[in-house]
Amino acid sequence: MHGLMQGVQGYIYPDELELQWGVLIVLYPYITGLVAGAFILASLERVFKVEAVKPTYRLALLTALAFLLVAPLPLQLHLGHPERSLEMYFTPHTTSAMAMFGFVYLWYLMAVLVLEIWLDYRKDIVLMWKASTGLKAWMYKIMALGSDDISERALLTDDKVGHFITIVGIPSAFLLHGYVGFIFGSVKANPWWSSPMMPVVFLFSAIVSGIALVLVMYQFTAWYKRLPVRMDCLDTIARYLMYAFIIDFSLEMLDLLHRIYEADESFKSLDFMVHTRLYFSQIILQIILGTLLPIGMLALAQLVKLTDKARQGLYAAAGLLTLVGIFAMRWNVVIGGQLFSKSFLGYTTYKMDLVSREGLLPSIVLMILPFVILAVLVRILPPWPSAEDEAA
Amino acid sequence: MDETRRDFLLKTGKFIVLSAAAAGAWEAVVHGQPDRVPEAYRLLDHWWAFTIDIDKCIGCGNCVYACKKENDVPLEPQFSRTWVERYHVNPDDMEHPEVDSPDGGYFGFPEKYAGQDGKNFFVPKMCNHCATSPCVQVCPVGATFESPDGVVLVDKSYCLGCRYCVQACPYGCRFIDPRTSTVDKCTLCYHRITKGLTTACCEVCPTGARQLGDLKNPNDPIHAFLRDHKVQILKPQMATGAKCYYNGLDGSVR
Amino acid sequence: MRHFFEHKEHLVRMAVLFVVGILAFVVFREIMVPAGFGEYGHFRAGALDDVRAHPVKYAGQATCVQCHTDIAEQRAQGKHAHIGCEACHGPLATHAEGKSDEVPTKPDPRATCLRCHTQNVTKPKTFPQIVPAEHSAEGPCTACHQAHSPSLS
Repeated sequence: MHGLMQGVQGYIYPDELELQWGVLIVLYPYITGLVAGAFILASLERVFKVEAVKPTYRLALLTALAFLLVAPLPLQLHLGHPERSLEMYFTPHTTSAMAMFGFVYLWYLMAVLVLEIWLDYRKDIVLMWKASTGLKAWMYKIMALGSDDISERALLTDDKVGHFITIVGIPSAFLLHGYVGFIFGSVKANPWWSSPMMPVVFLFSAIVSGIALVLVMYQFTAWYKRLPVRMDCLDTIARYLMYAFIIDFSLEMLDLLHRIYEADESFKSLDFMVHTRLYFSQIILQIILGTLLPIGMLALAQLVKLTDKARQGLYAAAGLLTLVGIFAMRWNVVIGGQLFSKSFLGYTTYKMDLVSREGLLPSIVLMILPFVILAVLVRILPPWPSAEDEAA
Repeated sequence: MDETRRDFLLKTGKFIVLSAAAAGAWEAVVHGQPDRVPEAYRLLDHWWAFTIDIDKCIGCGNCVYACKKENDVPLEPQFSRTWVERYHVNPDDMEHPEVDSPDGGYFGFPEKYAGQDGKNFFVPKMCNHCATSPCVQVCPVGATFESPDGVVLVDKSYCLGCRYCVQACPYGCRFIDPRTSTVDKCTLCYHRITKGLTTACCEVCPTGARQLGDLKNPNDPIHAFLRDHKVQILKPQMATGAKCYYNGLDGSVR
Repeated sequence: MRHFFEHKEHLVRMAVLFVVGILAFVVFREIMVPAGFGEYGHFRAGALDDVRAHPVKYAGQATCVQCHTDIAEQRAQGKHAHIGCEACHGPLATHAEGKSDEVPTKPDPRATCLRCHTQNVTKPKTFPQIVPAEHSAEGPCTACHQAHSPSLS
């Protein structure tokens, strides 16, 4: 009890002594955001025919899949009774924003991402099936569902269906992450969260983080595989990142401005928090280092003529800073929303455990896991252009 | 309903039946309501509410103590299904009341504001058993719900411990029971009130500051209370349909 | 029709997989939804009985006075008439039930009284309060007052 009271300032309700959602719930919107963002970037090529970003198309899809597979794990780990989580599918409460997430997630995973990747890779899968032996051949045969039809007409149909799925997929990706924003934005008891802007801000920050991730991953994989980096591709992605970031930042500032100007009953409490407990993560990390600096770097690359090498370095740094900034944004939303009492009379602090189930260690593991999955995925389904594609 | 009633009688035994009947009879004597003797508890015949009279609360903490005893609420960490807050409002700074609730009021309140200018009062808090409850709205699986007789309850064998309801409650009335990893909250002593007893907190409140009421019972004194007093609910702007009515609630109370 | 499905076999296989998956979910869900779910609303009806099954610890004043008629009479006219017996004596359902041979301990004849009657500016002014040190520095309150009917005896 007295240990818990440490870090409490002013008056908080007795049941607020414990912070309900920790770092795992910070990871959840972060990871889903990366998924949605990476997918939206991939769709650009497919739906809007942006040829320049084509080299990242498959990588973006696989990245999205790797992160999507991990997305429910932090939620699962945080539950008091993980074994009961399927209840959300059996008896979903239609008025609950959280219950519907399960279905949105499944829809997005199965009907959009898996299907799109399958259709796009089907030719490769069949070719690899035929080219390999033993277990490997069996794996590809199962993935091909035992059908080896890669005739011109079959592939044409795949392309049409794939196109349709991408078109369905874009609103689905919007839904997926807008939804995560709604889970927070619809909590009327919490003034830090409660805002119709929340889904929109979440969506744009998701797009920003997803693009940044692909930007970094593309450069990393190219370096790792010693493949040439296509500068037109990189420049295009970086430009999109900047545009998305400017929209995202404007929305967040609009939200902030609105709060400051309206200054409702919760304002003094929240304002105090931003200037004290959240100062580092909100002002320094999120806004200055994680938003203004990368936007400035991306703008610099637009305004000043730089060498390829310099631009690459600038993009990589901007991408990484963006990823940190968006993480800080999730942190400030999730943790920040719980640092003040709903009485508006006091504040508490978040003390992160290290090795407990909801601590730092599992979070680090969960953050590494998607990259491990991605490493496996690119082995099974190589996203790099084959020699013949390069020649063509 | 009759079937479950019979099962239940078998389960809980003779004592409960007798005391329920006795309690009913006693209530009938006190309030002149012969119809209050519960034959079989009918869900749809009740709509439970609660009244708290600030002017009567002496901050003895009996309610906090009794609630923990009756409902096996963990003592440590200091989670509470009901707690008492002490307010000290300085007339020069009405917007910033000084509030404390040492151990939820479990041990009472040692003197703190003697000789200081300002008004002082106690505010007992508990679940408001909202009719359009935000906590019920957000529960993803239907593990917390409004019973047909107006009590917000938790199905502890179904709760998955996602804590969304804790976030959604504007009053801070929910917590996770560390022993079960499920959410815990005031049940309005559902196991008592459905047997004709009053809640544990009302049972031990020495001044009658806390009163259970049944809005569907035309003879319940709660109707007179609501008619004769200028009552208020907590955070009316939240539009939760709170059914915990306060008399003498100061505007500074959050 | 035959022509339409030409070169689409793999898609049909995938579609069948999806349909089988959805059917499996529907069947699994039927099995897994607990009995009585939805009877009164979006919850398990049995949860009401579960909550009701919790044992009663405070027997209630009405139960006490069934046996302790003398005390009931003594209290009836005094200022403590409306205070539940267990407010001072603690939860005694097992005692009332006869399940426990344990004799309830008497409440501390000073601390129990002071819990309510110690002066505190936060208490309503109309409530009788004393400063213990001034009123009676030590000893049980019951030396002068009767707990059940507390005017001076």
